Amino acid sequence: MHSADVIVVGGGSFGAAVAYGLVRQGVDTVILDGSDDSLRAARGNFGLVWVQSKGMGLQRYADWSRESSHLWTDFADDLQDSAGIHVNYQNGGGLNLLLSEEERENCRRSIDIMRQQAGPDGYDAEIIERDEVQKMVPGLRVGDEVAGASFGPHDGHANPLRLLRALHCGFEHRGGRYFAQNEVVSITHDGSAFVAQTANDRFVAPKIVIACGHGITKLAPMVGLNAPIRPQRGQVLVTERIETTVEMALGSIRQTDEGGFMFGNSEEEVGFNDGTTLPIAGNIAARAVKAFPQLSGVRLVRNWGCIRVLTPDKCAIYDESETMPGAYVATSHSGVTLAAVNAHHVANWVATGDTPPDFDHFSARRFDVPAAA
Amino acid sequence: MFRRLHDAGGQSVTIDFEGDALQVGAQETVAAALMAAGAGHSRTTPVSGAPRLPFCMMGVCFDCLVEIDGVPNKQACMETVREGMKIRRQDGKRRLDP
Ligand SMILES: Cc1cc2nc3c(=O)[nH]c(=O)nc-3n(C[C@H](O)[C@H](O)[C@H](O)COP(=O)(O)OP(=O)(O)OC[C@H]3O[C@@H](n4cnc5c(N)ncnc54)[C@H](O)[C@@H]3O)c2cc1C
Ligand code: FES
Repeated sequence: MHSADVIVVGGGSFGAAVAYGLVRQGVDTVILDGSDDSLRAARGNFGLVWVQSKGMGLQRYADWSRESSHLWTDFADDLQDSAGIHVNYQNGGGLNLLLSEEERENCRRSIDIMRQQAGPDGYDAEIIERDEVQKMVPGLRVGDEVAGASFGPHDGHANPLRLLRALHCGFEHRGGRYFAQNEVVSITHDGSAFVAQTANDRFVAPKIVIACGHGITKLAPMVGLNAPIRPQRGQVLVTERIETTVEMALGSIRQTDEGGFMFGNSEEEVGFNDGTTLPIAGNIAARAVKAFPQLSGVRLVRNWGCIRVLTPDKCAIYDESETMPGAYVATSHSGVTLAAVNAHHVANWVATGDTPPDFDHFSARRFDVPAAA
Repeated sequence: MFRRLHDAGGQSVTIDFEGDALQVGAQETVAAALMAAGAGHSRTTPVSGAPRLPFCMMGVCFDCLVEIDGVPNKQACMETVREGMKIRRQDGKRRLDP
């Protein structure tokens, strides 16, 4: 048996960021993580720190994403100090390329809605013309079919695998204890503390954070919480390394610091099947070539599928149990984007009980729509 | 430095490596032919620029990348030589056509 101040269930993007933030505050923390065959979005994602499309219908989430991007520069420096790992965060803004007049029109409509929703706080993304896009991406010739782009000044990208590694190294370096292959099968409260049971071990702590991606749906009800998440597949392609440099993140196209381009992201409703398919991969590649014709003929070296963790409104859920206080749930798509707020504000919320402003907006109670009379 | 375990005998072909004509066994892979000819490093790495030779000879390590007939980043160990094949070192990252 092991005891700690806080148990964090899950060592992916969410769990590792919150746990890292906890040990930075001097909180004695253990991470209990799954195995190589778990679903692990932290290892298959695209690496965007993305704000412009976030929070339609929930302004608190739009603000939260933007706040995270503002914290990201210091966060990346802090990871470099704690873990000696450079996560290559680039914050020069992001372009979402529009490949037809129809896409441009849909984008214009979304921007109008986001502007109205944001009110006086303002919404910063705007549509720019093709020649401005070309100026922002000097390394590649922009395709004739590009009908402009939406530019978001707060967008950027980072290396998501190095981010995960930096969070884990930083966590252990500051005294955190990490247990792989310790999938939690049950959570109970023995009157004085929470008890997390894994196949071969027991862990005891007065607080427990359930942040284990798709593992949440089974565990949250054990502490009186609800986290209605569902799977959605995204496929990603990676090219050989290319000499041209594109620093800006382009929504579904980004170049890694080592030179390879990544192309994504499909949105496929195929349950928990994380395979790949040629028609979808072909579509993704065709869009990239339409955006930048010079990429035609470039060799692909990898293609994978990975399962998103989606809430019904694609915004985050953060909740503390009403019936079993001290038990928390934290989950969302966009775990890379939110890593900075998770390590700062969410860790502080768990450590001190200081609730960030308007945090009840993130409760899963927003999905309990009363039945019509 | 490298020696064939047994001489395949039989036919040979001529390939071009960085402008030099090399006589090599007709059944050999590009990687084996370049090493047997003592052609030196076959690529430089994209990140540090270190010189490399083929390593695994079975398609997994990607250390044998060369440019073959104008196509960059081909695995030399997965490609059989052909008469007149033009091979160049893969020098770091791929360049795009203008
Ligand atoms: C294709 C794709 C592209 C994406 N692109 C981006 C992007 O560009 N930018 C961005 O911000 N986000 C992106 N995301 C989203 C991001 O990857 C996820 O939001 C994030 O990884 C979710 O973090 P998580 O910790 O909740 O889940 P995960 O990262 O999946 O981690 C869950 C962890 O919990 C463990 N676990 C599961 N069950 C248990 C249990 N019972 N006990 C203990 N441990 C358990 C697992 O082993 C795993 O390590 C993308 C996702 C996908 C699929
Ligand atoms: S030598 Fe390893 S892939 Fe060719």
